[in-house]
Amino acid sequence: MNPLVANPPVATPFFFYLLSGIMIIGGILVITRKNAVHSAIALITALLAQAGLYLMLYAPFVAGVQIILYAGGIMVLFLFVIMLISIERTMKERQFNKQWLVGIAAAAALGGLFISVYAKGKSLFPEGHPLYPEAQNTQAIGALLFDSRTGMYMFAFEIASLLLLVAIIGAVVMAKKRI
Amino acid sequence: MNSSLLQSIVDYVQSYLSSNQTPGVAGNWFWATVYVLLVFAGVSVGVICMNWLERKILAHMQVRLGPMRVGPHGLLQPIADALKLLLKEDIIPAEADALVFWIAPFIVDLAAFTVFIVVPFGPAHAVTDMNIGILFMLGVSSLSVLGIVTAGWASNSHYPLIGALRSSAQMVSYEVAMGLAVVSAIMMTSLSAEGGTLSMIGIVQRQQEQQVWFVFKFFPLGLVAFAIFAIAMIAETNRAPFDLPEAESELTAGFHTEYSGFRWSLFFLAEYAAMMAVSSIAVTLWLGGWLRPFPNALHGATWDLIFSFFPGLTFLFLGGLCFFNASRMPKHPFFKIQTMGLAAFGAVLGLIGLVLFVPGIRERVQDIFWFTAKVAAFMYLYIWYRGTFPRYRFDQLMKVGWKVLLPTGLALLILTAVVAMRTEVWAEVVVPMWLGFADLLRRIF
Repeated sequence: MNPLVANPPVATPFFFYLLSGIMIIGGILVITRKNAVHSAIALITALLAQAGLYLMLYAPFVAGVQIILYAGGIMVLFLFVIMLISIERTMKERQFNKQWLVGIAAAAALGGLFISVYAKGKSLFPEGHPLYPEAQNTQAIGALLFDSRTGMYMFAFEIASLLLLVAIIGAVVMAKKRI
Repeated sequence: MNSSLLQSIVDYVQSYLSSNQTPGVAGNWFWATVYVLLVFAGVSVGVICMNWLERKILAHMQVRLGPMRVGPHGLLQPIADALKLLLKEDIIPAEADALVFWIAPFIVDLAAFTVFIVVPFGPAHAVTDMNIGILFMLGVSSLSVLGIVTAGWASNSHYPLIGALRSSAQMVSYEVAMGLAVVSAIMMTSLSAEGGTLSMIGIVQRQQEQQVWFVFKFFPLGLVAFAIFAIAMIAETNRAPFDLPEAESELTAGFHTEYSGFRWSLFFLAEYAAMMAVSSIAVTLWLGGWLRPFPNALHGATWDLIFSFFPGLTFLFLGGLCFFNASRMPKHPFFKIQTMGLAAFGAVLGLIGLVLFVPGIRERVQDIFWFTAKVAAFMYLYIWYRGTFPRYRFDQLMKVGWKVLLPTGLALLILTAVVAMRTEVWAEVVVPMWLGFADLLRRIF
């Protein structure tokens, strides 16, 4: 039993395989659907299943942010754009290009990685790294970002927000001819 | 063997009752299921009541009678409506994307009802208490826009598509201002000894500790945050005066124009459930959740006793209202059954009121009562707005969202942060920073 949680988690393998299965099926549907809106809905399903996986890893804050930002924010804008595209034309277009060589190489590399991870198993992942209990996850992230003593990621955080600001200004400049 | 199994089940069920926690935190499956069903039933009954109340109150505001035919004072109108909707033909337009058209109402309903698992009706009266409670509520309720967008797109028709586009633009815009208002309330929770929290139950407990509802804290900062949220939440739920996604005069019925029968009623259900959900966020963050009014000015055992009579008195009052109106019913024999039905309904309400006076029940129910009463006040406000304000034009709506609420929210956030800053932070961070800045200036010039 994990000493970090008051109640031991229930049916962990079941939920892990369920969520992973939903994610994989969603991912496959994203690239195989011809209709872009169907792809987007499949992607949202996959992203929500991922949020569930974060919850299983005792990272509720990351899960919440995943739902708000990706499923709620970004995907809505995706759908917004996709809806304005003519579906008839995209249905006629060829969906896959014939890059067999690159495809086989990439698949082999990824497959090799998976097999090696599966073979080595547990030794790859450190056992005793500090894990925050569920009730302190949000506070711990806040302390890592903003605390005056432990806030070691503040600079990276601010730089990332600056990057977003640049993107916003770029969008405004491109959209508005006269400012 | 069989009796020991039964005994262990009984023990499991009873073990929760002594723990003063929500079933989700206590990890009790049985009570979690019971609470989920209770909350679901309660919200559904609330939607039915709202259906009747909205039509009745709007009618009275417009000097009409409203529904009067089905049952006394139209009390059975919602049931008649529900039956009518269930019996109607379920139409899927020929050119529609059938799968997405089919899924969309369920997305909206799932999003609207899922948020209720963290709504705190009392210190132990919630399905569960999450560390990220308010984040979860905002995130999941923002998913409902997906359902609206897909519904509008899948209908493959012009009005629904325009309605869906308007809806998504509106909800994405107002979410920003809403988030800023929420963050300022969260900041206020961090002033307590245990530090800040995002948990819904924790937020109310912080208000109890600080002995102030956050709407009155740092006057007028809390009030402004509350006002921003109260405006943004109407836009989030697509209600009048921000009901552009379903503006009748322009778009027929907006995103659900092509929906009929049961599927349409799912949208209706989700709209009212979402209204209750955002109202309960506002109540939890700013109006002290389940706490009764005036816990400081009117404290002590006597006042506690007096306030604990309110749930029972409310039901007695409603029952009395029914009897009064039963006595005013027309004396014609045609109305005999209706008069008897109204009197029986009043008797049931009065009986519930009497049960709520029993000491054990009285203590357990009063936090649920105060929470529900505050949410009910918001639901009345929704109807009042609809009866009062004319609909905004779309550019006006965007102007309010981006040019008024967002800058106000940002200024509010900064002001709250400055006012709420702890003294040691001033001494350790802010003052040295400005001293360093002054030093830098001195060296340059």
